Amino acid sequence: MSRDRERFACDGCLRRAALIARLAPRIAGLLDEPRGRVHGLLALEEADLLAAAAGERADELRCELANFDADCERERLASAGVEVVCRHAAAYPPRLLDLHDPPATVFACGRLEALDRLREEPAVAIVGTRNPSPYGTEVAYSLGRGLGAARVPVVSGLALGIDATAHRGCLDGRGLPVAVLAGGPEAAYPRRHRRLHERVREQGVVLSELPPGTRPYRWSFPARNRIMAALARMTVVVEAADPSGSLITADFARDLGRSVAAVPGRVTSRFARGTNGLLKDGAVPITRTEDVLDELFGVGARSLPGQGGEAAEPVEAAEPVDPVMAHVLQAAEGSNSITAIAQAVGLSTAEVRAAIVRLEADGYLARRGLEGWERTLAAPILPGP
Amino acid sequence: MLACVATFALEGVASHEVTVEVDVRRGLAAFTLVGLPDRAVRESRERVRAAVLNCGLEFPQKRITVNLAPAHVRKAGPGFDLAIAVGVLAATEQVPQEALGRYALCGELSLSGEIKPVRGALAVASGARRAGFSDLLVPEQNASEAALVEGLQVRGVSALDRLADLLHGRWSGDPALPKAPEARDERSDQDDLADVHGQEDAKRALSIAAAGGHNALMIGPPGTGKTMLARRLPGILPAPSFEEALEVTRVHSAAGLGNGSLATRRPFRAPHHTISAQGLVGGGTRPQPGEITLAHRGVLFLDELPEFSRTAVDALRQPLEEGRVEIMRGQRTLEFPANAMVIAACNRCPCARPAASCSCTSLEASRYRRRLSGPLLDRIDLVCQVDQVPPLELVGERGGERTTSAQARAWVVRARERQRRRLDRTGALCNGDMDGRLTRAMVPLEAALTARLLAARERLDLSGRGHDRVLRVARTIADLAGHNEVEAVDLDEALSYRLDGADLVAA
Repeated sequence: MSRDRERFACDGCLRRAALIARLAPRIAGLLDEPRGRVHGLLALEEADLLAAAAGERADELRCELANFDADCERERLASAGVEVVCRHAAAYPPRLLDLHDPPATVFACGRLEALDRLREEPAVAIVGTRNPSPYGTEVAYSLGRGLGAARVPVVSGLALGIDATAHRGCLDGRGLPVAVLAGGPEAAYPRRHRRLHERVREQGVVLSELPPGTRPYRWSFPARNRIMAALARMTVVVEAADPSGSLITADFARDLGRSVAAVPGRVTSRFARGTNGLLKDGAVPITRTEDVLDELFGVGARSLPGQGGEAAEPVEAAEPVDPVMAHVLQAAEGSNSITAIAQAVGLSTAEVRAAIVRLEADGYLARRGLEGWERTLAAPILPGP
Repeated sequence: MLACVATFALEGVASHEVTVEVDVRRGLAAFTLVGLPDRAVRESRERVRAAVLNCGLEFPQKRITVNLAPAHVRKAGPGFDLAIAVGVLAATEQVPQEALGRYALCGELSLSGEIKPVRGALAVASGARRAGFSDLLVPEQNASEAALVEGLQVRGVSALDRLADLLHGRWSGDPALPKAPEARDERSDQDDLADVHGQEDAKRALSIAAAGGHNALMIGPPGTGKTMLARRLPGILPAPSFEEALEVTRVHSAAGLGNGSLATRRPFRAPHHTISAQGLVGGGTRPQPGEITLAHRGVLFLDELPEFSRTAVDALRQPLEEGRVEIMRGQRTLEFPANAMVIAACNRCPCARPAASCSCTSLEASRYRRRLSGPLLDRIDLVCQVDQVPPLELVGERGGERTTSAQARAWVVRARERQRRRLDRTGALCNGDMDGRLTRAMVPLEAALTARLLAARERLDLSGRGHDRVLRVARTIADLAGHNEVEAVDLDEALSYRLDGADLVAA
């Protein structure tokens, strides 16, 4: 019984969610810009919302709303394998209530215990461009994996690029991935991430404020971003252009009084403009997982598992013992060109290639697609399965 | 009177015998040609008449019927002119028929009676040799090429009256000799690997590809020398053996690309990416060899691989697996040889700019890369990145020693020799020819290396095929280094050239 009290959705909230899903196609038309934020719209009462968004179909929708059958909706959810909690339920993530327009309902696929963990532990949102550089990919993966291993839930949006990479890192770190979608929680968006969606569901939870069967609209992405910003204690932007959706998330986080952090990027890169701009405005610079942990729990209060001793000096990526390997590694950080590395260290290209594969096997370098190799951040030693 | 003359018709890159039967008898003056002639063959009536008259011979004002046997095969091209003219002369007793028996002949006539060169003289000569003829008469320009076939006396004839003299025994030209292949050092003065500045890594990858006969993919921005590098690959391959050179010459002569002497260089073909499947593997109503056949025993370079049409690239499946192309036309099946190394090149993404200024969305990039996959990718053993060369290196101010083609070729020849000894009687000529089963049998790894490869496989999510590819390349690297067994460095280097399907899908 207590369980039921924890996880339930009242009729009113369900009805409101159904209404927003019905109005979803029309909401976009009300915004000044296609990806504008839904200022205040989602905070409106049902009647006002209808008046604002429904237009000439208001009467029809009002009638539909009056006939809304919550039990029928609950059955539909159960058959779709989706659970729901409304803001009156104990399981509802309390941090969402900091929003001035908190979602009435949270629809969830996956492991619902995740909601309890979200309530008890601080989570970190990792967001960034859909089109990352190998560097961005490496950092997002390492942060996701490090935080996962440090038992910090990682919130992201399952989008292409940084989002997906952060989820993958978190999965590999055996952490708790939390994906917040812009459409119904049961459908992977983009479709390409079906497999990733499945893995997140198995190990963590996929959330959305929209009921299953709703497709994502342009306005629902920034709306989703507000949920990510609210769920997390801290938002880390890995690579972002300016303007971009990631910066919208950072803005939400700042407005909510959450901390905003960014990974420094090359000043010449388009995709570092957003993050470097955040840093200039006072965001916390992140260069490794420990930076995030220090910011969340206080300096040295929590360290990565496997690195022993609380606090202590944050462990730098250990250098390879073999001096030649160390030399190659150093040269590989500055260049992706095997020929250039070979010249820098005075070896043949064949020897450099062999050395790079050794370094890859030892975890110092990681291959990123066709571009070449990227230096890894200090990889945490994983806890046993 | 009836006369029969033997000639050979080109079909694909081989030839088949055609008997030209000429019947001349009293009746209304007429000249009929039967036996499925195409337009060019039918027009030969006019050329034959004019050539005979212009040589001061007599053209009979009688009823002439010419049959090209076997009658059910379509005949094409002007190569029957000479045989028809000689048939007419023999049927009117202007040349002795009994002298004709041991000769096969072919050639095109001009109106003046001059004999013009034809395509595929080498194929005609091998056909004549196989059919048991002792003598072959060909246009003078084709004589040295046809003479490459041993056991056959080839004479080049320049004009129809000269031919009549020969048959009468009034003139007996010297049998033609094969033209000495052009001097071997010809290759040293063009297209040397040392012309390419920087890119030592890509040169190494290409040397490995050449040593093991591996297909390779080069990835890099435009203007970094991918084409230049690929063009130099034939120069670092071992010189073709006599049999290989004959095959190359036969194909090129049939396609009208030959220069009349034995090919000394391996061919290099770089078709444009708009090429059709037919252009790439051959075909057409009169089947013509495609680019993969023209590159036989050489290199087929596919620049901008993702821009090639999917059907064209997929059509390469059979030639890459079997080293030959089969083309079905009507009841007949033609076979073209097609054993070439494929070198492909592509950009990192569709906009082809360096990563920092790339403007492609990840969707565009992954769509571009996905177009790479398919049967061709399964046959690519090595992938290497070709990077922008620093300007100082480009002008030769910096950048140490540069590998020359002669050096690379010496390594390659040594490595091939080791492979030949090891692969004796397995059906494979080089490591690149080994299939998965043979690879695992021929490339045993010691326990420590097996563990290393398995760990890499786990970490990198290598497929079974990817595993075999790494083994094959590791074996070639060991051959280049002169190692009897694959060693750790060989395996590590091979792993760095791997290409996984996963690499092609952006995160």
